[in-house]
Amino acid sequence: MIKHDQIEKNVGLLFILTLFVVLWGGLLEIVPLFFQKSTTTPVDGVKPYTAEQLAGREVYIREGCYNCHSQMIRPFRAETERYGHYSVAGEYVYDHPFQWGSKRTGPDLHRVGGRYSDEWQRAHLMNPRDVVPESNMPAFAFLANTKAKTSVAADIEAKMGLMRSYANIRGLPTYSDDEIRGAKAAIGDMTEMDVLIAYLQGLGTALGTMK
Amino acid sequence: MSDFVNEFWNMYVIVIVLVSILACAILLLVQGKATFTPGKTMGHVWDETLEEYNNPMPKWWSWMFIITVVFALGYLVLFPGLGSFPGVLKWTSAKEHAKEVKEMDAVFNKTVGPYLTMDIPALAADKKAMEIGKRLFLTYCMQCHGANGSGAKGFPNLTNDDWQFGGTPEKIKETISQGRMGIMTAHDALGAETIKDLANYVRSLSSQSGVDTARVERGKEAFMNNDCVTCHTPEATGNQDLGAPNLTDNIWLYDSSEKTVIETITKGRQNKMPAWQDFLGDAKIHLLTAYVYSLSHHGAQ
Repeated sequence: MIKHDQIEKNVGLLFILTLFVVLWGGLLEIVPLFFQKSTTTPVDGVKPYTAEQLAGREVYIREGCYNCHSQMIRPFRAETERYGHYSVAGEYVYDHPFQWGSKRTGPDLHRVGGRYSDEWQRAHLMNPRDVVPESNMPAFAFLANTKAKTSVAADIEAKMGLMRSYANIRGLPTYSDDEIRGAKAAIGDMTEMDVLIAYLQGLGTALGTMK
Repeated sequence: MSDFVNEFWNMYVIVIVLVSILACAILLLVQGKATFTPGKTMGHVWDETLEEYNNPMPKWWSWMFIITVVFALGYLVLFPGLGSFPGVLKWTSAKEHAKEVKEMDAVFNKTVGPYLTMDIPALAADKKAMEIGKRLFLTYCMQCHGANGSGAKGFPNLTNDDWQFGGTPEKIKETISQGRMGIMTAHDALGAETIKDLANYVRSLSSQSGVDTARVERGKEAFMNNDCVTCHTPEATGNQDLGAPNLTDNIWLYDSSEKTVIETITKGRQNKMPAWQDFLGDAKIHLLTAYVYSLSHHGAQ
C-alpha cells in the first residue's frame, strides 16, 4: 500500500494520481454523452446553420452575447411560460461549441427566433433603449458598419468545411459542396448586424411547437 | 438515459458508478484500520509552525461518510442514474415539468375561467382581471410596445385611439392571435423631387411645421395620381383592412420629420406583429385583448 507521505514527496506520482481522480469523473459524466441518441441525433427539423446564420453565430460569440444571455430553457413552468418549450439536447447537435451560457443578465435566447420582427431586432441592436427604455444592454450599432464578408464571413467556406467534417464524423446531414461554394454569394453585402439577425431569427424554431 | 447506442455504455455507466461507491466505502474501511498515533505529530514542519497530527478521523465525519454512501445507493434505486435503469419512481424532468404545468394550469384556469365568458369592454373594467392582463403584457408585449403601452418608433402606441388594423375587441384579438404584416411598398421610382413634394403634402395634412406650400400643391397632385390613394384613400384617412395608417392625424408610427417621411416613401416599410395564438392560447389572449382595449378606453377602467 502506498503511504500518503510517499505521494506527497513524489511530484510525478502526485500529478498522475490527481489527473486520474479528475479524469474519473469525466469518464462517467462526459464520455457516455457521445454515445447517446438523444444527444447526438438532431430532433426533427434541426438543420445545419445556413452560411448567414453561421456567420451571425460568429458575431454572437465574438461580442460575448453568451456572457449575459443563455440558450438553455430549463424544464420549469416559470421558464416555459416565458420562453417556450424547454430545450432538448437534440437541438444543439450542430452547435460547435454550444452557447448555453451560464448567466442571465438578459433573457434566454434559445427560442427568440421569430419572436420579434427583423425590424425590432435591428432597432434593438442599434440602441436597446429605443424600444425597451428599461434595458441595460449595450448598443451594438457598430455592427451595421462592417460587411460580414470582410470580417466574420471572410473564411466562411473553411468554417462550413469544418462543421461538415464534424457532422461527417457522426453521420449527420450536412452541407453540400454547392452550398459551401455559394456561401459568399448567399451572404453578399450583408452587414454583421444582418447576419446576426439571421442567426437570432433561426434560434429554437426547429421544434415546430414553441410551446 | 435509456438511449445508449449500445448495451456496452449502459454497463459502462453502471460499473463505474458502483465501483466508485464501493471504492469510497473500502477507503473508509481501510483508513479506519490504519495505525494512529494520537497526540503525536508526524514529525515534519512546514512554514515554521505548521505540523500534522496522525489522529483517527472524527466519528461524526465517518458517519457522514457512511450516510453519503447509503444515500447514494438509495438515490440510485429511486431515481435514474444507473445506466438505462429508470429508477423505481420512474422520475423524469419532462414528467416533473408536465406535472407542474398541470397543477398551475388548474389554478390559472380556475382564476380566469369566469373572465372568459365576459365581453371585452366589461372585462377591461374589471380591476383584478386587468392586474392579470398587465402582468401578461409586461411579460409578452412590453419589449415592443413599451411597459406602459406607448410604443416606440415603428411599434404602435396602444394608449391612443388610432389603430393600424382596427381597435374593436374583435380586431385587437385577431391582431394578437394571428399577427399582422404591415407593408408599404418602396416608391423610389417616383424620383427624389416628387417624393419630397409628397412628403410635404403628407406632413401638411396634420399641420406639421416647415412645409413648403408650392411642394404641398404638387405633392397633392402626385398623391392623387399615384397608388398612394389605393391604400391611404383619396382623403388620406387610411384603410384599416390593409393596415394603411391615417395620414391626417398627428400620430406617427415612424416619426413626423421630413427626413423620416421621405425615407418611408422612398424605401417603403415592412412591419410585422408576430402571431401569438399557439404560444399564449385563448385564455391569455382574451385577457390581453381586454388589457390592450383598456389602455385606450380609460373610461372602462
